[in-house]
Amino acid sequence: MTHAIEVSGLRKAFGDKVVLDGIDLDVQAGTVFSLLGPNGAGKTTTVNVLTTLLRADGGTVRVAGHDVAAEPKAVRRAIGVTGQFAAVDELLTGQENLQLMVDLSPVPAKDGKRIVAELLERFDLVESAQQAASTYSGGMRRKLDLAMTLVGSPRIIFLDEPTTGLDPRSRRTMWSIVRDLVADGVTIFLTTQYLDEADKLADRVAVLDQGRIVAQGTPGELKRRLPGTHVRLRFDSAGELDAAARVLPDATRDDESLALRVPSDGGTTSLRALLDRLDEYSLSAEEFSVHTPDLDDVFLALTGHATEVAAK
Amino acid sequence: MTTVTAARPTPAELSPSVGVGEGIKQTMTLAWRTIVQVRHNPWELGDYSIQPIMFVLLFTYVFGGAIAGSTSEYLTFALPGIIVMNMLFITMYVGTGLNTDLTKGVFDRLRSLPIARWAPMAGRILADQVKQAWSIFLLLAIGMALGFRIGTDVWSLLAAVGLLLVFALAFSWVSVLVGVVAKDPEKVQLFGFTALFPVTFVSNVFAPTSTMPGWLQPIVENNPVTILSNACRALMVGDDTLGTEWHVASATTPVVQSLIWAAAIAAVFAPLSVWALRRRV
Repeated sequence: MTHAIEVSGLRKAFGDKVVLDGIDLDVQAGTVFSLLGPNGAGKTTTVNVLTTLLRADGGTVRVAGHDVAAEPKAVRRAIGVTGQFAAVDELLTGQENLQLMVDLSPVPAKDGKRIVAELLERFDLVESAQQAASTYSGGMRRKLDLAMTLVGSPRIIFLDEPTTGLDPRSRRTMWSIVRDLVADGVTIFLTTQYLDEADKLADRVAVLDQGRIVAQGTPGELKRRLPGTHVRLRFDSAGELDAAARVLPDATRDDESLALRVPSDGGTTSLRALLDRLDEYSLSAEEFSVHTPDLDDVFLALTGHATEVAAK
Repeated sequence: MTTVTAARPTPAELSPSVGVGEGIKQTMTLAWRTIVQVRHNPWELGDYSIQPIMFVLLFTYVFGGAIAGSTSEYLTFALPGIIVMNMLFITMYVGTGLNTDLTKGVFDRLRSLPIARWAPMAGRILADQVKQAWSIFLLLAIGMALGFRIGTDVWSLLAAVGLLLVFALAFSWVSVLVGVVAKDPEKVQLFGFTALFPVTFVSNVFAPTSTMPGWLQPIVENNPVTILSNACRALMVGDDTLGTEWHVASATTPVVQSLIWAAAIAAVFAPLSVWALRRRV
């Protein structure tokens, strides 16, 4: 199986509202694929169709070599799904939640105890294993949620916004878990609102906007299409701004805030060259900062309109 | 966890559908889950255990003397009806639990597993039957401790319990529908109180129909709660023990009517619930 997920011409509408308007995706086995987009772009709908939870209106979707519409049960045997909200039973303990998944999976009962113990250990949940999940923090719930997904050793795992609402430490834990899974040869389909998350984890990224894929490629390819990293220089006076603008013809000027945007790759060599050039003309900037593109920049560049994502 | 990279799928894994045997095992697992939940939810346990006892004590000692002349005579009349009422309230937990699963995403998780499609619902309803049986046992035990006596035989008593469980099974579908339609679990409980209280009280659970105003009597007499209460009284207490004003002609008529009601409720609400569920998920 080289193609873990193949999607072509996927369409889905709820009533008059077209949510997915002809999506094509191709995910290679053993890689991390990230679907990047703001709230309402159609990420969860895509995941729901790919995981047999929702029927598509058109197009074909094959997951693990099986058509999701024709062979949903074969697909369900191959996949694990961690939805947008930690789907744990709050009235059961962590251990009971995992035991429930073992009992519902084709895992032989004799292996069940060992699998539960291993997952509790791996996700650092041993100490709270006997406590009701309602007492867990958001990060712990997410970990338990993912541990439950792993019970049947699925070969393809769907993670719908796995780090939304998590603190930075829990996010990093989640990222390292995802990397471990990939090292085991698992295919990961991940949705996110965060460019840095897609950048750090994914082999390939597709940008989803209003039900269409507006860009697809490696994180590197995607970032090259962006307005790019730039250096922002703020000056004391309009005179200095004028002088600097003459020296740096590539820069775009912002007269209102007396600032210049200078395109740059952010590397030390080009930064030194920039600073040397300012020095050469005896110019000094009041403020100097390097900006790397975020999701808003990606969207602005690719779609011509801003996202409505609140800043994280 | 080690992963087996080249495990050959077994024939069972390749088979396209989930077998009935597997489905039953999954149903048992999901029923187990619903029962274990009660341990972490003392409120629910209170509803099965403390609330029915409270009802029996309250009505027997506070109203019993006024309504029936003596508390023991009132208990003989009221206990079967209180069991019916309690049964209806407990079915609301089917909807509350289902709604919690729907709103928390647990339902979607279950749907993404290679398990029988009907197992989650069947598991809930099976668990409800266990809770119902426990509650009936508890109410009979407390009733007997307070002076309630079975006037018939053990077979009639078992028939009454069976009838109650069948009715609970049918009425669970009302709860399922409310659970699917409601926005959050609290709304399901709210429905339980606002809709079930009048339905159970406008019946002959607590007072004989003959003491009510004429316009109300036909409503009370045709209320399925009254019919099922009459059936349980006839099966548990029998004609001889009940006084004339509490008279139940025979068990046959109310039992048959109760079964017809149960079938009608299931016939309307089961398809409606499934339709609503398909729309929601």
